[in-house]
Amino acid sequence: MPDATGLELIAQDLRAIHPDAVLGTTWFREQATVEVAPAQLRAAAEALHARGYTFLASCHGVDYYPEEPRLGVHYQLLDMPNVDRICLAARVTVEDPHVPSLCGIWPGANHPEREVFDMFGVVFDGHPDLRRILMPEDYEGFPQRRDFPVGGEPVIFTYNETQLPGWTQ
Amino acid sequence: MEVTRERVDDLRVRQLRAREMLRGDIPDKELEAYVEERVLTTTLDKAVAWARGNSLFPATFGLACCAIEMMSVVGARLDIARFGFEAFRASPRQADLLILSGRVSIKMAPVVRRIYDQMLEPRWAIAMGACCSSMGVFNNYAIVPADKFMPIDVHVPGCPPRPEALMHGILKLRDRIQGNAPEGWRERYDAIGTEEVVGAADGPGSPFAVNVFGSGETGSA
Amino acid sequence: MTVSDYRRQEESITLSGEALSQELMTINMGPHHPSTHGVLRLIVTLEGEIVRDVKPVIGYVHTGIEKTAEDKAYWKAIPVVERMDYLSYYFNAMAFCGAVETLLECEVPPRAQYLRVIHLELNRIMSHLVWLGTSALDLGAISVWWYCFREREALLDLFEMSSGQRMHTRYFQVGGVIEDIPRGWAQRVSAFTKTMRARADQYAALLDKNEIVLQRLRGTCPLDEATLLGLGVTGPLLRAAGNPWDLRKAAPYCSYDHFDFKIPVGTQGDNYDRYRVRHAEIYESCDIVDQALAGLPEGPFITEDRKVALPPRHELATSMEALIHHFKLVTEGFRVPPGEVYYPIESPRGELGCYVRSDGSSKPARVHMRDPSFVNLQATAPMTRNSYIADLVATLAMLDPVLGGVDR
Repeated sequence: MPDATGLELIAQDLRAIHPDAVLGTTWFREQATVEVAPAQLRAAAEALHARGYTFLASCHGVDYYPEEPRLGVHYQLLDMPNVDRICLAARVTVEDPHVPSLCGIWPGANHPEREVFDMFGVVFDGHPDLRRILMPEDYEGFPQRRDFPVGGEPVIFTYNETQLPGWTQ
Repeated sequence: MEVTRERVDDLRVRQLRAREMLRGDIPDKELEAYVEERVLTTTLDKAVAWARGNSLFPATFGLACCAIEMMSVVGARLDIARFGFEAFRASPRQADLLILSGRVSIKMAPVVRRIYDQMLEPRWAIAMGACCSSMGVFNNYAIVPADKFMPIDVHVPGCPPRPEALMHGILKLRDRIQGNAPEGWRERYDAIGTEEVVGAADGPGSPFAVNVFGSGETGSA
Repeated sequence: MTVSDYRRQEESITLSGEALSQELMTINMGPHHPSTHGVLRLIVTLEGEIVRDVKPVIGYVHTGIEKTAEDKAYWKAIPVVERMDYLSYYFNAMAFCGAVETLLECEVPPRAQYLRVIHLELNRIMSHLVWLGTSALDLGAISVWWYCFREREALLDLFEMSSGQRMHTRYFQVGGVIEDIPRGWAQRVSAFTKTMRARADQYAALLDKNEIVLQRLRGTCPLDEATLLGLGVTGPLLRAAGNPWDLRKAAPYCSYDHFDFKIPVGTQGDNYDRYRVRHAEIYESCDIVDQALAGLPEGPFITEDRKVALPPRHELATSMEALIHHFKLVTEGFRVPPGEVYYPIESPRGELGCYVRSDGSSKPARVHMRDPSFVNLQATAPMTRNSYIADLVATLAMLDPVLGGVDR
């Protein structure tokens, strides 16, 4: 990981690209996170790629409910020669969940971004093939949002079996 | 003469029922009766049933972790070939036993049903593991218990069930096919009458079951 | 998006720009197919017998593990998360426990770390055995399947001896392992690694120079390192292409830096190299297990912090505090300070990372497992484009996808 000062230097470089790019930096448990405005996500990713973070280790989504903006997309980047990791985060709201797709920089972001779309509803602009990947294609709803119910079947005991749907005796 | 006519009628009824079942039209109670009818009674039928039970062709249907334990059953330690079931067929048309091993997601359920429909009569299904019998470890939006969309003959509990447990379940099914359906535990341990029944007076308001003996009485003495 | 748009996108193909000599045929492999290693559906567009495009369709064993884990306390989420990549269950538990320990800033005692390493490497051997067995089965070398599963039974006996369960053992806990190894286990593991090396030599003797294996695997479906890195592929696939990236050496965790082992690396990145890399890793794992057993330190097998780990049962009879700790841990669970952490480890298939977000309560707010097979599966299309459909089957075997991890 870059240490805390290294992280601030990176944030400074990103601000040089665009003054509003960096919304915040976090140095927690020796892991670095840079939060970037969604509009500048691609520029920030290209800058980090040029700095050596050429490997996309993971792309995943988070729902920060009830904090706004709710939906977060994290790109976990890795600099292999220096064994350095950094997390590039962008947060969007449910009303306007658009984030530029980074498939152009890392082709390996294809399936993970589709999964974030499937599970959280974040729309990746510029993604070559944005459709549901894990749920059936006609599924409605975004399951991993925090306000989506876990679902499941109620456990059948003798006291409630007649009241449950599907009881056929 | 009478016997022949009865058997023809019986056959016709069974054909219609089979067609209904293939269309998925049979409601649950008749489905159960239909499945139970498979316990055949004439000597020739018994012989056929004995042969069928000893030569099941399972379908290769591994879904998740239970599939690895199912592969262990085929392996050399718990050899399924000594019972005659080593011929796992890839095509459902050639298989008679569907061992549902693993969690059935909602995307996979129609596929499973289609595979089951493609199997020819007589066919059986074993739900291996907790995930396909009930919801298992994961009680959530993504899984469906197999009972909801296809008839299951034997449920094998476990997560994943040991190969010995799966073998026990398969042998129980074999006994059932051959007409020696094993007694339920209530018959075996002389425990008929210990069921808890939701009485007629109970409605959604009363949460507790009523012991069939009523209050004040006990099962013994 | 309507369902017909879906179908159109699913079946759209990306051609390489060459002129077609025959009509294209789209066939559907799976999800129920003998050679797709789980419920993977491939929409393959063929020109004659040459694959022009492959589109994997996944989600057929999607279990909502990440959502279920949010619903359970951290301790109770371990068995749920374990069932993700069902061949490397110790690795799933390690990634999750490691992430939670990072959040808690909880120290894992050295004995627990060594025990974890032993179980992880035994699990790596087991996963590679299942891979080798099923891949050889796909290629037609069916005897190897029986031999690999014979070794696997010996391994599962070891797991059963240490934890009581063959698979999904919930042996790894936050702060260490659930209990110490029984008497005689270390000797049995040493005996196992000795026979394992001899048996791995036998597999090599059967397969390495076999003419059919060479013709099926040598030179088929190579992919260069740059493309693999762009796709995010890690693990034996990347090492077969020549990049010695292994998190056990690059960013050691859990005392891996105490052990001396080599990283097998391939040269050409074709199917044969992938096979040889995984086969060689079996020997290296045996070495690590032997070194860990020889150097196994004494001490506690789980952290002494009673706020995180259950107190030993004998204390419950005498200490009120221990009883209260036990009660709180079992009913509510320990609370984890708020924050987000990403903990990557090297699983048999590549980088397995666990992202945990905690909001200060006793249940995780988000658990995401970055599964290696999910990302590696994107390499199927580049690898198999313009090769025969038989090579597609061999490549899928060499990719070693485990659909439980792909779909989670």
